[in-house]
Amino acid sequence: MRRRPQVSMDFQIVVLAGGFSKTLLPLVSKDLPKALLPVADRPVLSFVLELLEQNGIKEAIVVVEGESAALLISAWISRAFEDRLNVEVVAVREDVGTAGAIREIGHRLTTKDILVVSGDLVTEIPLGAVAAVHRRHDAMVTAMLCSVPISGPLDSGASSVKDKGKKAGRLNIVGLDPTKTFLVHIASGAEVEKDIRIHKGILRAFGQMEIRSDLMDAHMYAFKRSALLDVLRQNEKFHSLRRDVLPYLVQSQLKSSLRINGSQSEENGNDKDALHIQQNLFSQLANAPHLLSDPILNQTHKCVVYIANKTKYCARLNSVQAFSDINRDIVGDANHLLGYTLSAQNNVVDPSVILGSKTTVGPQCMVREGSEMGDKCSIKKSIIGRHCRIGSNVKISNSIIMNHVTIGDGCSVQGSIICSNVQIQERASLKDCQVGAGYVVTANGDYKGESLAKKEK
Amino acid sequence: MVAKKGPKGGMAAGDGDEERSRVPLQAILLADSFATLFRPITLERPKVLLPLVNARMIDYTLAWLEYSGVEEVYVFCCAHSKQVIEYLERSKWFGRSNFLVTTIVSNYATSAGEALRVIYERGVICGDFVLVSGDTVSNMPLTQMLAEHKERRKRDSYAVMTMAIQRSKSSTVTHKSRLGTDELFIAINPETNQLLYYEDKGDNLKGSFSLDNALLTANSSICIHNDRQDCFIDICSPEVLGHFIENVDYQHLRAHFVKGLLDDDGISGYKVFVHDIRSGYAARIDNLRSYDTVSKDIIQRWTYPFVPDTQFAAKSVLKHGRQGNYRASGSKISPSAAIGSCTVIGNNSTIGNFSNVTNAVIGEGCVIGSNVSIEGCYIWDRVTIEDGCKLKHAVLCDGVIVRLGAILEPGVVLSFNVIVGQNFRLPSYSKVSLFKQPIKQDSDEELEYVDDSYGTVEISSSPNSPERMEELRADYSDVGDAGAGCIWLVDNADLEEEWLHSIAPVLEDQLVEIVQNRKNPTLNSNENDTVLQQSPDLELGSSDDSDDVADDSLHFQNEVEATFLRGVHENVKEDNLIFEINALKAMHNCELIDCASALFYAMMKLALETPHSSSSELVKNVSEIITKWKKLLKCYLKTIDEEIEIILKFEEMCLEFATEYIPIFPQILHIMYDKDMLQEDAILKWASEKEEADESDKVLLKQSQKLIQWLREASEEEDE
Repeated sequence: MRRRPQVSMDFQIVVLAGGFSKTLLPLVSKDLPKALLPVADRPVLSFVLELLEQNGIKEAIVVVEGESAALLISAWISRAFEDRLNVEVVAVREDVGTAGAIREIGHRLTTKDILVVSGDLVTEIPLGAVAAVHRRHDAMVTAMLCSVPISGPLDSGASSVKDKGKKAGRLNIVGLDPTKTFLVHIASGAEVEKDIRIHKGILRAFGQMEIRSDLMDAHMYAFKRSALLDVLRQNEKFHSLRRDVLPYLVQSQLKSSLRINGSQSEENGNDKDALHIQQNLFSQLANAPHLLSDPILNQTHKCVVYIANKTKYCARLNSVQAFSDINRDIVGDANHLLGYTLSAQNNVVDPSVILGSKTTVGPQCMVREGSEMGDKCSIKKSIIGRHCRIGSNVKISNSIIMNHVTIGDGCSVQGSIICSNVQIQERASLKDCQVGAGYVVTANGDYKGESLAKKEK
Repeated sequence: MVAKKGPKGGMAAGDGDEERSRVPLQAILLADSFATLFRPITLERPKVLLPLVNARMIDYTLAWLEYSGVEEVYVFCCAHSKQVIEYLERSKWFGRSNFLVTTIVSNYATSAGEALRVIYERGVICGDFVLVSGDTVSNMPLTQMLAEHKERRKRDSYAVMTMAIQRSKSSTVTHKSRLGTDELFIAINPETNQLLYYEDKGDNLKGSFSLDNALLTANSSICIHNDRQDCFIDICSPEVLGHFIENVDYQHLRAHFVKGLLDDDGISGYKVFVHDIRSGYAARIDNLRSYDTVSKDIIQRWTYPFVPDTQFAAKSVLKHGRQGNYRASGSKISPSAAIGSCTVIGNNSTIGNFSNVTNAVIGEGCVIGSNVSIEGCYIWDRVTIEDGCKLKHAVLCDGVIVRLGAILEPGVVLSFNVIVGQNFRLPSYSKVSLFKQPIKQDSDEELEYVDDSYGTVEISSSPNSPERMEELRADYSDVGDAGAGCIWLVDNADLEEEWLHSIAPVLEDQLVEIVQNRKNPTLNSNENDTVLQQSPDLELGSSDDSDDVADDSLHFQNEVEATFLRGVHENVKEDNLIFEINALKAMHNCELIDCASALFYAMMKLALETPHSSSSELVKNVSEIITKWKKLLKCYLKTIDEEIEIILKFEEMCLEFATEYIPIFPQILHIMYDKDMLQEDAILKWASEKEEADESDKVLLKQSQKLIQWLREASEEEDE
């Protein structure tokens, strides 16, 4: 294994693990917060934590929304990462947003810089690279951008059509300076839907700006701690790091006096500054007119980007679609992240699995321990969790089956996500469905594109 | 004259490759810029025939076209067409075998668009052609640009035009390029070089511009440039001419044609591409500033091989000396005269004793006396400058006489045969001509400005008949004893533009003034700052009102606020204030409702800025201000609607100044009610409107519940 650069110790790592995300219903449940959703039978959070471990990090703060989710996650971490990582799980109020979460744990942050990583990130991009870029430029914020995952445009199946509208809306639009180092424009959220507004002042300062829509914000940021906390303190309404804090920093980076160093002197400071700038202006003009056009001179702080190599895998589990995409990629194209060696058939089947006669498990599949299958089953491009009971003549393709699922004879499951403890009775047919935990699909049921879940009591 | 009939059939697209390769490379040269920036000089002589260092502008363009392999040039003449034709007939350009120059005359064309329509009707263009104007100086090779264009055309027949652009950073102060042209904002697709956005005459006050969202779906990466400059050298396909025929209203190549193609949502489907010139020189002389810049570039040999000491245009050859000096062999310079660097002195010119010449171009047959100081001037042919004159950054056309001891301050333009009287001091930026300044409303056909704003249309110059000119000849003189010529007046409003376009470099204190002029409105309107400031709507993550409206209303609000504050501090009478606010209202085309809310905003802000230590003191401030100014505000509160608007505005303010105003919202509401600013109906109506709002919106409503309850009960009692 190649040695990865170590992230220096004066970076504190904050993993934002979220809570019970509503967008992921019915996959998440009271017992399964977002961070613990299985990707190839591993909680998604484990990818980030292992990445930290590989980067030589010893400590991290995992921030979870809600006490109950925190308990679940904390229990899992202490089991799985004992003696590997010193992880502190902190619960914050629900729906405080990413910015709110940082605000709440602000008092725990002590180092010069902090690295904020989203807990739903599945990637192999070394954190050290982001940290190094951040340090090299002495940046206020460094954001990691990666190419839109390969699977995005590839899945031209039925599901992508209905998703198209959503996808366009989720585009990240960023503007980079000619050297592709600085983030000079960012549009996100509601703004993306509208026309792109370009501030001439910024363009004048940099001369040139490249607007990219093929880059995704990977939600991995390095921040200057003091500055971030100041911004959060002064702007109480900021809810999200990406939608509020980052645009704010990007927009204010060329302002002559930023409201970061104390807001009380703002009025006077501005006036004096304006005067000062004017006086300066003329002497500069006389001596060296080019000085004026030098953006670095006017820059009060830097917003830097790290653009990940295209070949590196990077995806976020932030939607149902992303959940199945990532699961498929991880046993397919990106199987080097899996941590298992593939068999000759290009799949992973636990030795304890019992397969009936004439049952086939195709490539890009994973079947975990204790699962049993009857005769004449066909499994293609799917993941089957632990201790599942699958009858005979069952066809499963492009699906994710979690643990303890019972599937009756003659069922057909395509492009679906079946959560734990689901019972699918004989000859039911599911296509592009999501079935919540504990649900019972009755015999001969035929569902297409539906989301099935037990009613919460 | 050579008359060539092009094959008309060649217009049809889809010629075989073979046939296309046989088509000679053609160029259209517009020998008229359809602009007025060179007046008054261009009243008497077309711009393309003005001397540039030691050759005519058109010579540079033609020489470059020949050098780049163009075989046929169609020179379109309009204003002063006779002069252009006469010049060309006498020049070496006519009668060559491999370089065919043909003139096309139309005396009634007033724009590039009309010129192209005339050319289309002639049917001479049969393939891709180069489109330039006759004031272009360049030495860039066209080969690569042409190859790119042809390659694109092969793949996509809708790629009809390739524009040359060049790296050039505009000044951050004046927002002008070094050629004195406006800064340019363009967006291109870096992979295909397709042009996606073009803004040259942008509103400087507006801090931003928008790109169509749809562009991003088609282009995953868009490069937006502010560091490029349009060279006005285009390679076009014949379809371009056709498009001008289809759109008879198209006048200007950029403003109408290019922007038209970019904005038409792909109706025509035509695409424009750009070619970034990495090596080579290209510039267009658009104004006197660029005349100065390009002249210096020529002297400093950036335009090689088109430099004064090569014989690209048949004229006397200059010898290149040290320090960028060029001197004709026939010139006589007194040994005691000091000739500084970058000076060109033409044939048969004499310079007297102890004269000092730097950075200047002196044409042929000039007589310059003793003790004359010339700095940065362009002196054309047969100019006489008598002893002791001082000239700085001036243009002196043919036959000008400057009498003993006269002083020309920077930026002066003396048109043909002007005589400046003895010891006369000509102020900066004077333009002097023997002809009277045409008046804008002049019904005179020749001098009618149609639309000056875009520089598209100018004199529809039928040949300036001698009688006509005679009529215009000034019968008085403004330039001293025994002088000849009248000084053209410059509109004060255009003064800044005048500086930036002048031959004289922009001075420091002018820059200061420009910056201040620009700052003042911008500081008020928060424009330049909004550019970099967090705009409030962005913070909240949603805003649907369009930019223009938002900007304008913000501007209006700021002006009202400033007016109001002035009223407070200087004790202006209410009536006067009302008058001023009404003027603002008319100017911004606003409604009563806007005035009311802006005024209210100003008042509340004043209250906030008046020192206070607790919220109860703030309430007191508000109460005092409302008492004092309620009459003023009442003028704009004619109906309930306006009153409701006020409450809504107050709500908005509470978002802005949350800590200060949210806690005391109901109290202030009550005060306003007490002071008769608001009727109870307004408050109740507001309350009922708000009932349906989102929970988050209701915070203030809930706070005021008590007051509303009280009002309701009161009104019910009344009803009973």
